[in-house]
Amino acid sequence: MNNILTVQNLIVQRGGVTVLDISELNVEEGRILALIGPNGAGKSTLLLTMAGLLKPDQGKIYYRGVPVDNNANRSRMRRNISVVFQEPLLLSTSVFKNVALGLKFRHLSGSEIQKSVGESLDYFGISSLATRSAKTLSGGEAKRVSLARAFALKPELILMDEAFNSLDPPTRETLMEDLHNILEKTKITAVLALHDRDETLRLAQDVTVMVEGKIIQSGTTAQIFNEPDSEFVASFVGTETILEGTVQTTRAGLMEISVAGEIIEAVGNFLPGENVYCCLRPENITVSPVMPEKTSARNVFEAKIQKIIRQAFFYKMILDCGFPLVAYITVSSCEDLNICEGSIVVVSFKATAVHLMRREK
Amino acid sequence: MELIVQGIIKAFELILSFDPEVMGITWLSLQISGTATFISLFIGVSIGTMVALTNFRGKRLVISLINTGMGLPPVVVGLFVTILIWRSGPLGFLEILYTPYAMIVAQAIIATPIVMGISLAAIQNLPPNLRLQILSLGASRLQMVWVLIKESRLPLLAAVMAGFGGVISEVGASIMVGGNIKGYSRVLTTATVMETSKGNFDIAIALGIILLILAFLVNLLLTQVQQRQHPR
Repeated sequence: MNNILTVQNLIVQRGGVTVLDISELNVEEGRILALIGPNGAGKSTLLLTMAGLLKPDQGKIYYRGVPVDNNANRSRMRRNISVVFQEPLLLSTSVFKNVALGLKFRHLSGSEIQKSVGESLDYFGISSLATRSAKTLSGGEAKRVSLARAFALKPELILMDEAFNSLDPPTRETLMEDLHNILEKTKITAVLALHDRDETLRLAQDVTVMVEGKIIQSGTTAQIFNEPDSEFVASFVGTETILEGTVQTTRAGLMEISVAGEIIEAVGNFLPGENVYCCLRPENITVSPVMPEKTSARNVFEAKIQKIIRQAFFYKMILDCGFPLVAYITVSSCEDLNICEGSIVVVSFKATAVHLMRREK
Repeated sequence: MELIVQGIIKAFELILSFDPEVMGITWLSLQISGTATFISLFIGVSIGTMVALTNFRGKRLVISLINTGMGLPPVVVGLFVTILIWRSGPLGFLEILYTPYAMIVAQAIIATPIVMGISLAAIQNLPPNLRLQILSLGASRLQMVWVLIKESRLPLLAAVMAGFGGVISEVGASIMVGGNIKGYSRVLTTATVMETSKGNFDIAIALGIILLILAFLVNLLLTQVQQRQHPR
């Protein structure tokens, strides 16, 4: 564990209102951390503070273990960090000059600038745009230029605010793939403010969830998605089904939980009588037309389809198995199985697919 | 009607024959207004940028004052400059009343708020995060300000045009502090006023046409520069 940047007891206020209140956040060297949360959670403010561009009202920032508490330290930190804002913020000059901007500030020689800019343009596949005027670029191209400008500085840490905002889906898709490869290749530590689950799953190794200026959960991406520790995080990361239940019996880690009169088997460490939330991610639920003959799933229920909702690439089904349940089904399976609203199907899921959270009251 | 036709014919004669007196007046006008605009550009852009980029108590009041200054009546400027540089006035020792220098001072005072107001608005109109983006790329404060000014070059050129246009066509202050002395402080506008009152419409029309052509040429030049910077 080698932290490149640490913030401690951070408080940022705006107009007397506390917009950021963070007791501790570590950015581990060589890893990609996503800050996720709804709009207004303080992600952008946190990025600006981490970049040394916004002075916190209270708290400390450490860069490689050294407290950033004077201007000399702050500008040294700033020179090692690149920030990519939501908007491309390009200057009205050529693409080359835009990408060269940070290198110019560092008074590098012409040949060094030529080399770094060329490399960075190449990474993002925009070498052919070098002489173009930045104001004539499309949204996706402009975004690539602003990323190239940040990477040209070969920073130790790169901070990106909503890198894929306001891009159309195909552009976003290819840029995300390219960024993923570049981050992997350059091994630059990155902090990405995101609000999209797909982007987070695709790019991040660690996730920090923020709400109203506070961190409510931090962990690896797998931990956050599979083991959220609050109802809010669970629903934010796409746990469609969150059921209230009570533990009935427990033996060797396998528990029976009563949910709306039905029994769900789950794995966890709770005592009989404890109140819990049962979380189920839709991708862990199997839907079949008839009772499967052989299944390793411990939970099998007959369910009535209440509603089928068309999503981008699949159908989302709201099912009633005594308790409400959300599952996904591909468009072709839906047609093959000939199911529609009102049909009766069988759903199954493993005991390990059920994530349990403690429930007060 | 004949008066006008006669006047226009005489005017073109004067212009095409490069009448030395008319040429002298034209050249002096360009020098005085050009210098005044240049001075106002320095003061206006630096103070305008500073006000735009810093936050302080009373900023709105300062901006309102600058905007008011953009419409400063030239005669009022002329009056105050005259009082200041009057022989017994606080700056009387400079002995510049009724000289081209006094005219430059008065015109610079008229043009400065115009340039200041436009550059202030130009810098404020840049995306709010651009400043932070430039700083985050490792710029010093001075480098950041310079990039922002370069980025606002189009509205700043408009500021130059507005400032120059304002002072070359201004007559009140010039006549008050310059005195319209033949061959010394006589410029296009003051000469036009005088010739008109003397009934010499031909010369007045010639001077008026030159003034228009001058204003047109300067703006044409700056517009060329502006549009070249902005390919569509």
